[in-house]
Amino acid sequence: MIGVISYLVFFTTVAAILGIAVLGLNLQWGNTGLFNGGVVASFGAGAYGTLILGGAPQESQLGGFELFYPLALLGGMAAAGILAWAVGRLTLRLRHDYLAIATFGVAVAFENVMRNATTITGGAQGIRGFERPFRQMLGDGFTYNLVFLIAVLVILCAVYIFLERLTVSPFGRLLRAIREDETAARSLGKSPDRVRLISFVTGSVIIGLAGGLYGTFYAFVSPQDVLPILTFQIWAMLIVGGAGNAKGALAGAFLIWGAWTFSGWALSRFAPVEAQLYTGSIQFVLIGMVIVGMLLWRPQGLFPERLIVSQPGRSREKTQAEGFT
Amino acid sequence: MPEALLRIESLTAGYRPDLPILRSVSLEAKAGELTAIIGPNGAGKSTLIKAVAGLLSITEGRVLLEDTDITVLAPDRLSLAGIAYVPQNDNVFRTLTIQQNLDLVLKSHRDPAKRVQALFERFPVLAEKRRDKAGSLSGGQRQFLAVALALAVEPRLILMDEPSAGLSPKAAEEVLDHVKQLTRQGVSVLLVEQNVKQALRRADHCYVLAEGRNQIDGPARDLLDDPALGRIYLGGERKGAA
Amino acid sequence: MIQHLVDGILVGSFLSLGAIGLTMVMHILRFANFSHAELLSIGAYCALVFDRLFESLLPVLAEKIGPLSMTGALLVSILISMVVTGLSAVLIDKLVFRRVRQKGGELSMVFASFGMSLVIRNVIGLVFGLSSELYSRDIAFAMVLSRDPLLLVKPDQVFVLIAALVIMFALYLLFSRTTIGFALRAIAENPSLAQVHGVNLKKMIALVWIMGGALGAIAGVFYGLSYQITPVMGRDLVLPIFAATIVGGIGSVYGAVLGGFIVGVASNIALVVLPSGYSPSVPFLMILLILLIRPNGLFGEARA
Repeated sequence: MIGVISYLVFFTTVAAILGIAVLGLNLQWGNTGLFNGGVVASFGAGAYGTLILGGAPQESQLGGFELFYPLALLGGMAAAGILAWAVGRLTLRLRHDYLAIATFGVAVAFENVMRNATTITGGAQGIRGFERPFRQMLGDGFTYNLVFLIAVLVILCAVYIFLERLTVSPFGRLLRAIREDETAARSLGKSPDRVRLISFVTGSVIIGLAGGLYGTFYAFVSPQDVLPILTFQIWAMLIVGGAGNAKGALAGAFLIWGAWTFSGWALSRFAPVEAQLYTGSIQFVLIGMVIVGMLLWRPQGLFPERLIVSQPGRSREKTQAEGFT
Repeated sequence: MPEALLRIESLTAGYRPDLPILRSVSLEAKAGELTAIIGPNGAGKSTLIKAVAGLLSITEGRVLLEDTDITVLAPDRLSLAGIAYVPQNDNVFRTLTIQQNLDLVLKSHRDPAKRVQALFERFPVLAEKRRDKAGSLSGGQRQFLAVALALAVEPRLILMDEPSAGLSPKAAEEVLDHVKQLTRQGVSVLLVEQNVKQALRRADHCYVLAEGRNQIDGPARDLLDDPALGRIYLGGERKGAA
Repeated sequence: MIQHLVDGILVGSFLSLGAIGLTMVMHILRFANFSHAELLSIGAYCALVFDRLFESLLPVLAEKIGPLSMTGALLVSILISMVVTGLSAVLIDKLVFRRVRQKGGELSMVFASFGMSLVIRNVIGLVFGLSSELYSRDIAFAMVLSRDPLLLVKPDQVFVLIAALVIMFALYLLFSRTTIGFALRAIAENPSLAQVHGVNLKKMIALVWIMGGALGAIAGVFYGLSYQITPVMGRDLVLPIFAATIVGGIGSVYGAVLGGFIVGVASNIALVVLPSGYSPSVPFLMILLILLIRPNGLFGEARA
């Protein structure tokens, strides 16, 4: 019984951490309409940043500054924010899909650098020897995990409330105005590029926070944790929950993470041995199909906040139907 | 009296299906005539012509070319049916040369080389610049190329959206004179113009639109002196005004 | 150094072919297609299947052509693969992209292509296995072009470069001499005007996919000839190909050609200063560099 509870605690912790990342992505995509193809770079920057700043010194490796934990976590978030700011500055004023390509590129380069810059990041071995905060007080067992879960849930709620406040604030109205009619917003003296940049950086900082918590939870991070598939998973969580809908996004995080863990378990348990090698491929196909399937059949997500009524007129086979004009 | 070539019956249309700009507009363009549509800014003139050209969604009403219903035809089908359209802006392919512009619109023509030759005789200014990119033409020259592109396939009806917009008064006169000349040669034209006097002086029949509805219509010469016209432009006495 | 330059030009030849198709799709359908590189995988595997088939059915075709490791069977297979890959691209558009296009905005298309890349890549892995394949197991001996500095080139690489240049010249003729080429350029510049002048948008979109698929198939086979065929080759190629289109300027076919060679050469020259582990990051650095100095690329125009 304690095994089940302890697993549930473990599962909920990871799902809640990913939920924070989904909330950050929701600010970027759902509220601002920015495609971040490199979620994993922000996530990884948060994780690596936190562990390098807060970890113990390692032989022949930079870092291990043993900073006070909250400072280390803030440092990780700042690393994610700075990365996002640099990419956003370069791409947000260009054609919308440049951001998608550039963020995708950041993620590739990020993983590549983490794997190779051994003196900073531990290379393929990753960063080890991180002391989890308050371990002396709480020990390593179930109690620690439970307290950690509660801390994660509190942070999740804080992020949620912050984002809800943000969307009804003047800034949130500005985001909406820019999405609805950029020209009008511009003519009112607002700078859409700047607003988008703020939103993009804020979202990335939140994703970085999730990464920092993730690194803390495992007390370890390696290039295996910043593979592109994580980007796809977080995207799938968002689209399943419904972009622009924070509650749905959280539900999506738990649903997709549950489906992912379950499918992995089921495949390893029931699939024939020779198919075991392909477990990853099967799961990847499923994630891809969730994304494409949702876009095709339920673009508003499984948990739509409000009813979206579309009123197609008498459509002609022509420009608008093909997505132009 | 010539037959109606194009008949628009109670057309309701707009850029979005839930936001109609035109409300139940009806209109006829007779064969071989210059039919003008005038009206104050925001009257829906351009919207009307775009809807006929197949570029907007029509929520109610019909468009007939003689007896064929062309309401839901895609733009490329309309050109096969014999309707050419000259948009107000971006009406030539800037990145193609003049020759390539003409070759493109004549791609299904029986004898494109001969047709291009005929067009060059009609528009000598284009012949001189045949190897230049269309983007390098002056405003007036560009309008002539746009008209040439429409004329190339020998359409039965040309829809023209403010061909004089943005041109110098002299160039505008030249272009409008050429449009008038076309009708003398048997091409029917449905013209949207913001320049009322210029349009009325040349048109055979004229429709006045305001706020997305028909206001008055009649022979162009009669409308020139109609006091109602002034009132429509000044904002009094309109049908459908809120 | 010279060897890196030559290798880079050879890499550039298939990057360019991939980038031409991508830049056309990005310009005409206005979305960054993250699954474009998967067309290269489809093409490479399709050619592999037919190659094996012909070699076992018609041993005559299994003969090598001159000094190349290339056989008649592979040559025929490339042609078949071009058709199959082109049709696959049309099919994917019909099943996925067109439907998303009708519903959502351009970014939904980017998103859909993101998901499609994952699906295609892993389905290929499931069907063909995760290990890499080769068209020919024989070792192709490199020709020594020069001993000082040492310069080695494989006959296959020379063939790939020449074939790529021939294809690019054919494309140049298509775009500058034929009305189909004009129609493609017209659709890219002003789709509604092109339709008004009788260009059938649907047919042109299908043509763009067929061309993108066919060029992608050639690029995929050439990649396979130069390295090896793996299910994740699309993942490794997507960023270099995007970099080539951005360096050249989105929408410019000539830009894509030049961009492909620039990215190929730069990635190889970078190995002179960078440890080889960092080479996957070079295309990204190229993107950053071009965004800093010339955001619309070498031949691109600003467009919203």
